Amino acid sequence: MNEYAPLRLHVPEPTGRPGCQTDFSYLRLNDAGQVRKPPIDVEPADTADLSSSLIRVLDGEGNALGPWAADIDPQVLRQGMRAMLKTRIFDSRMVVAQRQKKMSFYMQSLGEEAIGTAQALALNRTDMCFPTYRQQSILMARDVSLVEMICQLLSNERDPLKGRQLPIMYSVREAGFFTISGNLATQFVQAVGWAMASAIKGDTKIASAWIGDGATAESDFHTALTFAHVYRAPVILNVVNNQWAISTFQAIAGGESTTFAGRGVGCGIASLRVDGNDFLAVYAASRWATERARRGLGPTLIEWVTYRAGPHSTSDDPSKYRPADEWRHFPLGDPIARLKQHLVTLGQWSEQEHQAVTAELEAEVIAAQKAAEQFGTLSNGLIPSAASMFEDVYKEMPDHLRRQRQELGI
Amino acid sequence: MNDQSNSIDPGTAMTTTTMTMIQALRSAMDVMLERDDNVVIYGQDVGYFGGVFRCTEGLQVKYGKSRVFDAPISESGIVGTAVGMGAYGLRPVVEIQFADYFYPASDQIVSEMARLRYRSAGEFISPLTLRMPCGGGIYGGQTHSQSPEAMFTQVCGLRTVMPSNPYDAKGLLIASIECDDPVIFLEPKRLYNGPFDGHHDRPVTPWSKHPQSAVPDGYYSVPLDKAVVTRPGNDVTVLTYGTTVYVAQVAAEETGVDAEVIDLRSLWPLDLETIVDSVKKTGRCVVVHEATRTCGFGAELVALVQEHCFHHLEAPIERVTGWDTPYPHAQEWAYFPGPTRVGAALKRVMEV
Repeated sequence: MNEYAPLRLHVPEPTGRPGCQTDFSYLRLNDAGQVRKPPIDVEPADTADLSSSLIRVLDGEGNALGPWAADIDPQVLRQGMRAMLKTRIFDSRMVVAQRQKKMSFYMQSLGEEAIGTAQALALNRTDMCFPTYRQQSILMARDVSLVEMICQLLSNERDPLKGRQLPIMYSVREAGFFTISGNLATQFVQAVGWAMASAIKGDTKIASAWIGDGATAESDFHTALTFAHVYRAPVILNVVNNQWAISTFQAIAGGESTTFAGRGVGCGIASLRVDGNDFLAVYAASRWATERARRGLGPTLIEWVTYRAGPHSTSDDPSKYRPADEWRHFPLGDPIARLKQHLVTLGQWSEQEHQAVTAELEAEVIAAQKAAEQFGTLSNGLIPSAASMFEDVYKEMPDHLRRQRQELGI
Repeated sequence: MNDQSNSIDPGTAMTTTTMTMIQALRSAMDVMLERDDNVVIYGQDVGYFGGVFRCTEGLQVKYGKSRVFDAPISESGIVGTAVGMGAYGLRPVVEIQFADYFYPASDQIVSEMARLRYRSAGEFISPLTLRMPCGGGIYGGQTHSQSPEAMFTQVCGLRTVMPSNPYDAKGLLIASIECDDPVIFLEPKRLYNGPFDGHHDRPVTPWSKHPQSAVPDGYYSVPLDKAVVTRPGNDVTVLTYGTTVYVAQVAAEETGVDAEVIDLRSLWPLDLETIVDSVKKTGRCVVVHEATRTCGFGAELVALVQEHCFHHLEAPIERVTGWDTPYPHAQEWAYFPGPTRVGAALKRVMEV
């Protein structure tokens, strides 16, 4: 008799599905102020506890607690609040514009606004971010022209990327925002290379790499950790764990029996796991990591625990695979509401100001959209010329492309 | 060591040194490390050791560990970080130890390096040079012998280059490093230490006996989009590159067919003018390469020749290539498109 039962393949499954509530106990939470803050020259191996716990600053009443509650200039908090609000308002307007078929596609960052915003404010503008498609808050924090962004989304005659890229795949070099690729994870290792180059040249700039929980399964993620460790690259390795990669739950990407931050410690990289919906925690952890990087102490991996409140993209319908009201039950709440509560507690914000700023930003976005639409939309045919399709393949256009352009009759 | 030949290169008016292809490649990197602070050399074993083929020997000592350094065994990581370095403003010269090993870096090469300029409308560029030893003839078996050039020529945004002698190797490598477009620089490893005409059973000829081993000592470049006629002739045009340049030449001598041999040097973008002029003159064309036949670069050459020279052709275009099998180990010489096969093709096209 065989003493072994037949083997079975384990396929992780979320507790919540449509019509069935999610049990969020898998998240491994800590209370605000509970997790220690090590010195920036900590040995990577000594961050093991920080990679499995959750750094939080804001408690449920809007108070900032514990060692990560650094003194932040209230101006930075107000700036962050504005950038987060602007991101959310912009996203919601652009989703409508996509529904109106003015653009082919859109991806919102609902619920994740604190991460890009606070990190952008912790970095210098000359540092280079290598984002994925859900970090538009970096552009908002860096006050990039909304008109230019919308022209890119509309693929119109003023699209800075000449109609070549899907909407939201921005490239804004002057704002330290690397061209977004549709191929996942490639930018993670490129950020490490950019940071290596800064070190090779004796510069003081650092890089900030971005990836989602799902894409950490790509080999480029693991490769980036190896190279960042080997060359002690001045880079922040951000993993945005928003629980969902289209329809697959974060356990399918390998988050079931460990954390994504835990992968960093194994590679010899200082690693933190942080409440991504807590603006103060995001800012404090980002400052800690920027200091490490800029002082030559090496890379930091940060897992930001958050929740993708919207669909993956305008082509997705999450009600098919997760509870429709899951975000309302997500224990880390809404980043904007939480910062608002804290600012009100500090006497730096009020409901009236909130309403006023919201109205002002809505007007700004609407005005920018109107201005951008004057240069055309994908649907009205005012798009970059077909001839421009042949440009920028090479620095100078080779003969074969010139002949093909002629063949097209332009 | 290099031999000072005390001669002057008429093209560059520089003193020359007799070099092997390895020495010429090293000299190119030396010149560019010296001229441009943004040039870095990066790859497996290229630092302290100087590369498994010794192409970077001595460069780390001369330029320091932040300019010439070793990389982990990860082609995707090497190319991916080099793309980031290029975006920063460096000019990385990457060595992929064997062309057969580039596959893990495909995504970074095809989707990233090749298209960065295009997708960012010129905001970011990839001024990278990826050096890769390619081709067989050294009993390397299926993972140390491949000629994957067609995988690169099919990718828009890449330049693909393959030198066949020390003079071109140095000049083309300098031009590649200076080029703002990404360049795939394929080095036929069987030519590293001497020209090879496919007669594997005969003594090896060293580079010192070949005129193209007189390499100018300083800076010069060879244009990236110009082919060269290595053997003028009137009866048939042979389009080839890399190791098979010498095979074609010896096949012409042995068969007595007055073949014009064109060494393409740059596979893409291609010097179509030189090809078309020659084929219109000879009316016949044979394409020779070591890579597998189906969808090989020869297929593109045949298509272009018929498109541009159809009314001048007097015979069907022939292809002599590696077989559509993996590169074998023990049967290497049955696989390699040697002078017998090339000679037979020359005779066949002349009989039409």
